[in-house]
Amino acid sequence: MKKYDKLVTNAVGRIVPEIINGEAHVAFQGVGKYKPTGRKHAPLIPTCADFPDDGNKLQPNLKEALIKAGLKDGMTISTHHHFRNGDLIAVQIFDIAHELGVKNLRWFPSASFPSQARLTEYLADGTISHIEGSMNGPLGKFCSDGKMEKLAILRSHGGRYQAIQDGDVKIDIAVIAAPSADAFGNANGTNGPAACGLLGFALGDSQYADKVIVVTDNLVPFPCVPWQIHGNHVDYTVLVDKVGDPSKIVSGTTNITKSPDRLLIAEMTAQFCEEAGIVQDGFSYQAGAGGTALSIGVYFEEILRTRGWKARFIRAGSNQYPVSMLENGLVDYILDGQTFDLEGVRSMRENANHLDTSPFTSYNYHSKGNFASMVDVVILGATEVDVNFNANVVTHSDGQLLHGIGGWQNCLFSKCTILPIPLFRDRIPVIVDEVITLCGPGELIDVIATERGIAINPRRTDLIEKLKDSDLPIKTIEELKAEAEAICGKPEKPEFTDEIVAAIKWVDGTIIDVVRKVKEELE
Amino acid sequence: MITQAVAGNKGKKVRSDCHIEMEICNSGGRQIEIQSKVDVMFGKANRELINDILDFYNIENVKIQMFDTGALPFVIAARMEACIRKIENTDKAFLLNIEDFNTTDTLKEQQRFSRLYLPGNSPSMMLNAGIHKPNGLILDLEDAVAPLKKHEARFLVRNALRSLNFYGAERMVRINQGERGLEDLKYVVPHHVNLILIPKVEEAQQLIDVQNKIDEIKEEYNITHPIWLMPIIESAKGVLNAYAIAQATPTVSSMAIGLEDYTADLGVRRTQEAHESNFARNMVVTASVAAGIQAIDSVYSDVSDMKGLAENVKTSKSIGFTGMGCIHPRQVRVIHDNYAPDMVEIEKAKKIYRAFIEAKEKGLGVVSLGTKMIDAPVVKRAEKLIKLAIDTGKLDKDWINIGD
Repeated sequence: MKKYDKLVTNAVGRIVPEIINGEAHVAFQGVGKYKPTGRKHAPLIPTCADFPDDGNKLQPNLKEALIKAGLKDGMTISTHHHFRNGDLIAVQIFDIAHELGVKNLRWFPSASFPSQARLTEYLADGTISHIEGSMNGPLGKFCSDGKMEKLAILRSHGGRYQAIQDGDVKIDIAVIAAPSADAFGNANGTNGPAACGLLGFALGDSQYADKVIVVTDNLVPFPCVPWQIHGNHVDYTVLVDKVGDPSKIVSGTTNITKSPDRLLIAEMTAQFCEEAGIVQDGFSYQAGAGGTALSIGVYFEEILRTRGWKARFIRAGSNQYPVSMLENGLVDYILDGQTFDLEGVRSMRENANHLDTSPFTSYNYHSKGNFASMVDVVILGATEVDVNFNANVVTHSDGQLLHGIGGWQNCLFSKCTILPIPLFRDRIPVIVDEVITLCGPGELIDVIATERGIAINPRRTDLIEKLKDSDLPIKTIEELKAEAEAICGKPEKPEFTDEIVAAIKWVDGTIIDVVRKVKEELE
Repeated sequence: MITQAVAGNKGKKVRSDCHIEMEICNSGGRQIEIQSKVDVMFGKANRELINDILDFYNIENVKIQMFDTGALPFVIAARMEACIRKIENTDKAFLLNIEDFNTTDTLKEQQRFSRLYLPGNSPSMMLNAGIHKPNGLILDLEDAVAPLKKHEARFLVRNALRSLNFYGAERMVRINQGERGLEDLKYVVPHHVNLILIPKVEEAQQLIDVQNKIDEIKEEYNITHPIWLMPIIESAKGVLNAYAIAQATPTVSSMAIGLEDYTADLGVRRTQEAHESNFARNMVVTASVAAGIQAIDSVYSDVSDMKGLAENVKTSKSIGFTGMGCIHPRQVRVIHDNYAPDMVEIEKAKKIYRAFIEAKEKGLGVVSLGTKMIDAPVVKRAEKLIKLAIDTGKLDKDWINIGD
C-alpha cells in the first residue's frame, strides 16, 4: 500500500494527498468552507448484562486488560498527555504489545512527549506502524526522516476530537491514565498523588472508543468524584503502583519570563490590547503557558487592577498566575483545558469557578459552536509567519518536524489572535516570504508583535484605525521582515525531497498542508 | 612562533556567538569545518565570509574549526580577525561597512539619564540592547571582560560600533585603565564612537593622556566629529581631585561615580542608604556643576528590585545627579521615569515660563509671578525643564496652546 496518493492543490495552494494510508481524505477548501454531511460515528452498543452489577471492573494488570480488550494487529490505540513528560503508561502499552508480538498498531496520542522517545524502537520494529497526533523531539525526527512505515497525521486538539466524533479515526482501545478512579471507571485528575487537574483530552476517547481502559494508582471506593470521565463508558479498570511521575507532570514554563526582550514584547502586546480597546471590563483572554504569554497575563492583570475592572473568563492552560487572579477577584472564571502547575490543580479542586473543559466544549469545529470563537483575545506562538500572516507551528526553519499543533489552530478563531514573537531567534528571522508548513491561514491571524514593531493584518482595518495615533511601533509585516533581514541576512530555505512524511489537518478534518522530508546534505 | 589561536565563546548558554579554533599551516589548503545551528539558512553565507577574510589576509593554508550558535557576520568577522591577528604579525583590519545609523554625533549636553553596560565580549547581549531605549549603550572593555578575552573583545567592540544598531542610543565604550586603555582607543576612535568612559580616574593628567591619544588618532584618520569623555571617579583620591578632573579637557561632558570601588577603597560596606558615600556623591555633583558638566550616579546593582531602584533614583536626582548607569535593560525605564521632571516641577516651570512670555509680550523688563520677582536664571531653568518634560513625554510639545 502506498503511504499516500492522489495529490491535489488545496485552497491555500499546497499540494496534498487525497489518499493517506489507503483511506480517503479531503483537501483544505478554505476556512468554514467544508461542511460534512451524515451522522457522527457511533460506538458499539454495550449492555449492562455484560458488566458486573457491583461495578467492579478491576483487572489484575494492564496486560490482562489489553488482552481482554482484544488487542491485536492493526488496531488503533489512544493515550493522552495529561501527565505530559511524566506519563508512565503509554510506553508500557507498547511494551506489552511488543511482548505479545502484536504488530502494525496505530498510536493515536493527544500529544507525545520526550519521555516517550523510546517508542521509536517500536516504530522501527513494526509494533507501531505510525503516529497520528503530535510529535515532538526524537519522534518528530524519526517521522521527519521518513522512517515511519505509514504516513503520520497531525491534528489540533479540537481536530482530534472532531476526527473521533466524525469517525475519521476509529479507536479500538483507549487507555486513560487517571490520577484518581473507582473500580467502575469514574475518574478524575484533581485528586491522588499524580493529580494533574483534569482529563479533558480523554473525553472523546471515552465516548467513542470500542474499548476503554482506565488505569490509576489511586483507587477510591465508588463514587470517584468529580467524575470527569464517566465509568459508564469504561470497560476495564486497572490499579498500578504509579501512573505518572508528578515531578514531571508540572510543565517547565510556568514562570513569567526574565528575558528583558521578551518582557518588552509582552508589555507592548498588553499595551496594544489596551489601546485597541480589547482589554475592558468583562473581557476574556487566553494566554498559554509560555514565559511571554504568562507575562502578558501579568500585564493584563495590572491593567484590570489599575482600572478597577474584572475579566469575565480566562481560557487556560492554568497555573499560579490566573489562579491568583481568580482568588483576588480579577476574573470570574477560569475555563481550563490543562493544568500546568500544582496551584492550578489545587484551585480546580477547591474553586467551583475554576472549570474543567475538554476539546469538545472548547475546540470541536464540527459542533454547534465552541468556546474558542468567543474569546476576545488569544496569545499564541509560532515558529514562522509569512508576509501573508500564515503561520507555522510544527516545523523549524530547517524543515524538521519538531512540534505538535496542540490547541493552536482552534484558538485562531478568537476575536483577535496575536502572535508575540521575537523578530529573530539566534539569527533566524521569524517572518518569511512563505512558511515551510502552513498550519494556520493568515486570514485568522490578526497581529504579529515583535520587540522591533507590531504588524497588524491589513484585513483588520478596525485595529489599524484604533492604533493609528499610537506611540507603539506599528509597522507593516514587510517592514518587519526587511528589518530582520537587514540584521540577520537573508536566510536560505531548506531543501526538501518530494517525499511526504506527514499530513497536517485543519480543524475541520481537511488537509491544509504536508511535511516533506528534508534533503540530506551530500558530504 | 605561534601558529594556533582561539577566539569566541562556546558553552551551553552561549548564543549568537561563534567559537573559532584556527591553525595556520604550511600546506594543505583551507580546511574549514563548521558546526552551526543555522547551517541550513546561513551555512553558505558564513563560508563565503570566512573565505573573504582569509583572502584579505592572504592565508591559503589553514585549519579552522568553527562552532556557531547563530553569530551575525560582524561577530564572525571579529572572531576570525582575533584569531588571525594573534598568529600573524599584522595591523590590517578587516572592516565591514559602517552602517549609516552609526555615523551620528552627540552633543556635550546630550540627555544622559541612563547608560546601559554591555560586556564587550558577549554578542548576544548586544543585539537587542538598543530596543530598550537607554540614552547610551556602553560596550565595556574593562571589568565585564575577562583578562584572557581582552584582546578579542576589542575586535568585537570595534565591529559592533560599525554594524550593531544602537537604535539612537549614544555609542559609548569603556576602555581599560592605563596603557591598555590607550591601546583600546585605537580600536574605537576611528569607528565613530560618541563617548569614552575612563575608569578609575584619580588625576586630571589621566584624562589629558587619553585626550592626547584620541587627538593623535583623530588626526591620523582625519576625524572631526566630537568624542566626549566621561571619567569615572572610583577612589578617595579621585573624589578629592574631582573638580580638576571635571575641567581636565573641554571634551569632558559628564563625570560619573563608581561606588563599588569607592567603598572598597574606603574599606567600608556599600549600603542601601549610602551614607558612607554622601561626601563623595556630593563632591562629584558639586565639582561637575562647577565645571559645567553632567554629574552621573553609580549603578544600582539589585536588578530585581525596581522599587529600590526608583527610590535610589529619586535620592540621586534630589542631590543633583542627572543620570545613572544600568546593568539590566529593565532598569532603563525606571531610571528615565524618575529622573524626568515630576508633575510638581513641570507645573511650576509652566507658570514661570508663562509669566515670562506675558512679560515679554507686555514689553516688561521684569518677570514676576504673583508678588514675586523672577530672575533670569530661574526662567532659563524653567525653560530647560519644560524641554526635558517634552523630550521625556511628560508634557505635550504644544502645551502652551493647550492650557491646563
